[in-house]
Amino acid sequence: MSDAHSADDLKKHVRAYILVFVSLMALTLVTVAVSTLHLPVHQAIAVALIIATIKGSLVACYFMHLISEKKLILWVMGLTVAFFVVLLLVPTFTAVDRIGS
Amino acid sequence: MSAMEIPYTVEPRPDTGLTSGKIGIWLFLASEVMLFGALFATYILLRVGAVEWPHGAHYLNIPLATLNTIFLISSSVTMVMAWYSLKTDSFSKFRLYMGATILFGFAFLVVKYFEYSAKFHHGYFPKTNTFLAIYFTMTGLHMLHVLGGMAVNAYLWGPGAKLWKTDKEHFTNRVENSGLFWHFVDLVWIFLFPVLYLL
Repeated sequence: MSDAHSADDLKKHVRAYILVFVSLMALTLVTVAVSTLHLPVHQAIAVALIIATIKGSLVACYFMHLISEKKLILWVMGLTVAFFVVLLLVPTFTAVDRIGS
Repeated sequence: MSAMEIPYTVEPRPDTGLTSGKIGIWLFLASEVMLFGALFATYILLRVGAVEWPHGAHYLNIPLATLNTIFLISSSVTMVMAWYSLKTDSFSKFRLYMGATILFGFAFLVVKYFEYSAKFHHGYFPKTNTFLAIYFTMTGLHMLHVLGGMAVNAYLWGPGAKLWKTDKEHFTNRVENSGLFWHFVDLVWIFLFPVLYLL
C-alpha cells in the first residue's frame, strides 16, 4: 500500500475494492460452473488455472496494492514469482522426460 | 529514540521509501510463496507420476469448499476496509470491519472442521492414498496460516488496538502488514480450491 493517500485516492480505492470483490465472486462461480462441464483434463486444468491466476492477480494488485507499490517490493516479488515458476516447471519437465519411454 | 526502539516503523527509510515492517512482511511473504510453491510442485510431481488420479469431487465436498472460498474473499474485502477505516480516522469502523474479518476466518475454520470430520468419519485419512495425503498436507498448512492470521488480527482488534491512542500511524501500519498476510492466505486458497477440489 503506498504511503501517501489523498481523500479522493482513498474513495477511488473503495470503489476498486468493491469491483474486485464482485469480480472475485463472479469468477469463483465461473470456476465451479466450468468444472461441471467435464472438459478434457488438460483443458479443465488450463481454464481453472487461468481463472485462478486472474483472481490471484486481482487480490495481489488491488487488495495488496502491488499496483501502486514501491519498486523494491515489485523486484522482490518479481524474483520470487520467477523462482516459483521454475519450481513448478521442474516436476513438469520430469513428466516430459518420460514421454516415449 | 531509545536503544531498543525499532527504526522506521512510521516514517519510511530514505533509501527504500519503505517502513521496516513493510519490507519485512513482503520478504516473509516471498518465503511463504516458496513454501507453498514446494507443495504445489510436489502435487504436480505426484499427479503426473500417478497411474490414476481421482477427481477432487470423488472425495471432497465442492459446495462447502465454494462456501469457504466466499468466506475468504469476503474476509479480504473487510480486511482492506479495516485498513481504509484507519486511514480515514474511523476507529469504530475499523473495529467493525476487523471483527467481520475475524468472524469470516472463524466461519472458514468451522466449515473446514465439518469437512475434515466427514473425511475421518468415512475412513479417509492422509495414509489412505496419495491424493488425500497431499490434500490434508496442503489444506492443513493453509489452515494453520488462517489460524495465525486470525490470532494477529484478534490481537490488533483487542489489546493491540491500544497503540491507536498513542501512535495512529504506527497502528495503521501494523494493520496494513497483518492485512498483507491475510490477503496472501486468501490468494493461496484461490489456487488450492480449483487444484484440489475441481480438477
